[in-house]
Amino acid sequence: MAPFTLLGRFLLELVQEIGGLGILIWRTTQLLPRTFANARAVFQQMDRIGIGSIPLVCVTSLFVGAVTAIQAAYQFHGYVPYKFIGTVVGKSVTLELGPVLTALVVGGRVSASIAAEIGTMKVTEQVDALEMIAIDPVEYLVLPRVVAATIMLPALTIFSDFLAIFGAAVVANISIGVSFHTFETGLKLLFRQQDLVGGLMKTFAFGYIIALMGCYHGFETRGGAEGVGVATMKAVVASCLLILISNYLLASLIFRIIFAPSS
Amino acid sequence: MERGTGKHIVRLSGVAKAFERKPVLTGVDLDIARGETLVVIGRSGCGKSVLLKHITGLIAPDAGEIFFEEEDITRFSRKKLFQMRMHFGMLFQGGALFDSLTVGENVALPLRRHTTLGEDEICRRVCGRLELVGLTDVYNRYPAEMSGGMKKRVGLARAVVMDPAIVLYDEPTTGLDPIMADVINGLIRDLQRELKITSVVVTHDMKSAYRVADRIAMLYEGKIVHSGTPEEVRETANPVLRQFVEGSAQGPITPV
Ligand SMILES: Nc1ncnc2c1ncn2[C@@H]1O[C@H](COP(=O)(O)OP(=O)(O)O)[C@@H](O)[C@H]1O
Ligand SMILES: [Mg+2]
Repeated sequence: MAPFTLLGRFLLELVQEIGGLGILIWRTTQLLPRTFANARAVFQQMDRIGIGSIPLVCVTSLFVGAVTAIQAAYQFHGYVPYKFIGTVVGKSVTLELGPVLTALVVGGRVSASIAAEIGTMKVTEQVDALEMIAIDPVEYLVLPRVVAATIMLPALTIFSDFLAIFGAAVVANISIGVSFHTFETGLKLLFRQQDLVGGLMKTFAFGYIIALMGCYHGFETRGGAEGVGVATMKAVVASCLLILISNYLLASLIFRIIFAPSS
Repeated sequence: MERGTGKHIVRLSGVAKAFERKPVLTGVDLDIARGETLVVIGRSGCGKSVLLKHITGLIAPDAGEIFFEEEDITRFSRKKLFQMRMHFGMLFQGGALFDSLTVGENVALPLRRHTTLGEDEICRRVCGRLELVGLTDVYNRYPAEMSGGMKKRVGLARAVVMDPAIVLYDEPTTGLDPIMADVINGLIRDLQRELKITSVVVTHDMKSAYRVADRIAMLYEGKIVHSGTPEEVRETANPVLRQFVEGSAQGPITPV
């Protein structure tokens, strides 16, 4: 095939994709006032997305905190006093590691499960059946998931931040020999509330992205079981990429403009 | 939208649809009379499901018009389409039950979303509809625990729970054993008589077509090629229809 035809087809698909996503975002936004009428479904999804992710977030956070402490000690060795381990752990966890790693692991779990669920509903005509009984699939399926994920991601991240710092403190104590008191002093030394707030602000967007990608790719599912597999994969890849890209953009916005360092 | 009184409840005129340049419907003209049972026959993959989805506004045509109660649904807003669908019931090929809900919740869902009925009344109506399709003691079971025939009957109960004016059946007997197929055919007739509904059945099962039809139409190469009473169809001279009805490999339709 001629390269221009290929390029043309690629651009056309890209435009279609962005258009489809735009329509879904628009319709979900329009339906936001219906959140309260669907409160039961929202709570159900908050339970599935949020409470269901706690074990995963626990393990991830504890080990991320632990390795951060180890790496800090390794890098500081001979140059920087170990009392600063708490400082660097606190900063890196609240600013980046907590929000981003929570979003990535929860994103894998949740966007895959949403895409597979809606994709299966699509190929077994359950989505059409909703339309036929005059229920808007966007209101019934997308709205509760998007709202629940957008609320639960910040909550999970707070939890993750604490656990990661706890994990770091324990490892610092046991294998590096930094007392809890020293760790805590270091942690408080340069801690600013805006680190925590800025980190959490990003996670609203991450939650939104995770649910939206799951729903969008679920609805785009074609064919049978194989189509569901493809949709699930696309949802996970898209949500991870968008989390990383938006993380950079949001960090630029939050930490260079909103909380700009005053020099 | 009030229930109309015109002769035709649904009319299609010149409906055409292609998927990725592959034409599926190429100009369907079809009038569906109030209260009749119309069976549309055609080979697998000829576009029968696509035709039903056009009638309900689930798919928009590339060209042509579709009227429900003399209003062109291709110009409807989403809101208007949803209002229209309150008068429709549809039985999907695989039942399309919501597998996260129990049987009872499946059938109750339209009532819960669109009426202000109390729990007792909803429960009463749901059980009534389930009895109508010959099911008892299934209220709390999940679709995954049920056979194909039972799922279709639950799907049928859900399709008629809102007292629709018209019910569409997508291959209601495909994949069922002959006895269950006969049960479903009987139900289609009973429901039509009891609830005074218009029924549109698409199928490739001629036995079922003869059993339920007031009128049979054949979809072939994207068009309605013939329509008539079951007796007319039995004695047709139309070579395409004749070959299909007789189920023969010889004739104008080439096996693909
Ligand atoms: N949403 C769709 N996208 C692309 N092609 C479709 C779609 N729906 C149906 N088709 C194609 O249209 C043709 C007719 O399908 P269908 O109406 O399901 O046949 P049947 O008569 O067996 O019900 C098939 O070739 C199918 O691949
Ligand atoms: Mg079909």
